[in-house]
Amino acid sequence: MSTVPGESSALSPAAFLIRGLAVGLVAGLIAFVVAFALGEPQVDDAIGLEEAAAAHLTPDEVAAEEAAADEDGMVEISRENQKSWGLLTGMLAVGAALGGLASLAAAAVLGRLGGLSARGSTALVGLLGFVAIALVPFAKYPATPPAVGSGDTIGGRTASYFGLLLVSVLAVIAVVVLANRLLARLDGWTAALIGAAAYLVVVTVAGYLLPSVNELGDFPADTLWYFRRASLVTLASLWAAIGVGLTVLVGRMYDRFAADVARRELAASL
Amino acid sequence: MSQTTATPTAVVTVPVVPLLKLGTWVVFFGLLAMLAIFFVSADQGALSLPAGNAVHEWVHDARHLLGYPCH
Ligand SMILES: [Zn+2]
Repeated sequence: MSTVPGESSALSPAAFLIRGLAVGLVAGLIAFVVAFALGEPQVDDAIGLEEAAAAHLTPDEVAAEEAAADEDGMVEISRENQKSWGLLTGMLAVGAALGGLASLAAAAVLGRLGGLSARGSTALVGLLGFVAIALVPFAKYPATPPAVGSGDTIGGRTASYFGLLLVSVLAVIAVVVLANRLLARLDGWTAALIGAAAYLVVVTVAGYLLPSVNELGDFPADTLWYFRRASLVTLASLWAAIGVGLTVLVGRMYDRFAADVARRELAASL
Repeated sequence: MSQTTATPTAVVTVPVVPLLKLGTWVVFFGLLAMLAIFFVSADQGALSLPAGNAVHEWVHDARHLLGYPCH
């Protein structure tokens, strides 16, 4: 173990974060392209169904909707803007936020997970981020297209979704710490499998205890499936881009650091 | 790692980032990131800040396609 002057600046949290933000923005752009190509046709179909249903509203219901639309701060944004610039804004914001968080997580686990290399521990962060932040919440509360879901239940549905997300994120952090402790007595694969099993037990119990949501009504099953598939592919591409991009950039950063250390040690030995 | 250099002294252990130093960044950026995610995922739905529907409408499709509860 060598202490090298300048070591802290070479691998500082800021160096991770700047890479995470860059990777996150690119990942957001990729997710936008995927969501636009695969998801928007389904969103348009769903909005078409919603508008067809609105044609059957009673005059009272129409009046109530118009009154709500006239309140302060209510705007109408065209579908063209929603599916292009609006969608892009959302994907870039979430991409940068998740990319940045993933990079700080990668900084936290660097050199701390048994014999995992810088690339190995960073790739693991990407994988666990996808499972804990995207896949597990999706399994209990799958994405729903417009026209599905009641405005009256949005409070409860939001609380349930973020409750499960919180449990999932805390559980994945806890089992990484647990598996890491087990490394003192067990081999890496056994420790990882015990950690994975512990995580699955926690989120399965949480998912079982949390309320289910079913507001589908007679929404067409094929459109629903295409929409959910598009949503899952969007999430997967976002996290794949974050995981791969961060692994490459952190790996290169580590290589430069290691070459630096080697050079200094060589210089010191002469 | 093995191919970076052939010098026998160059067995470099993977360094760690001090957790205390990292903690400050996690707190500051964590708040910022949660704010950004809040605006895309939940604003003007269950909770409104500011009032109205402009933010909600603008990021509406991203909210649905990223799997956050909306309609
Ligand atoms: Zn919606």
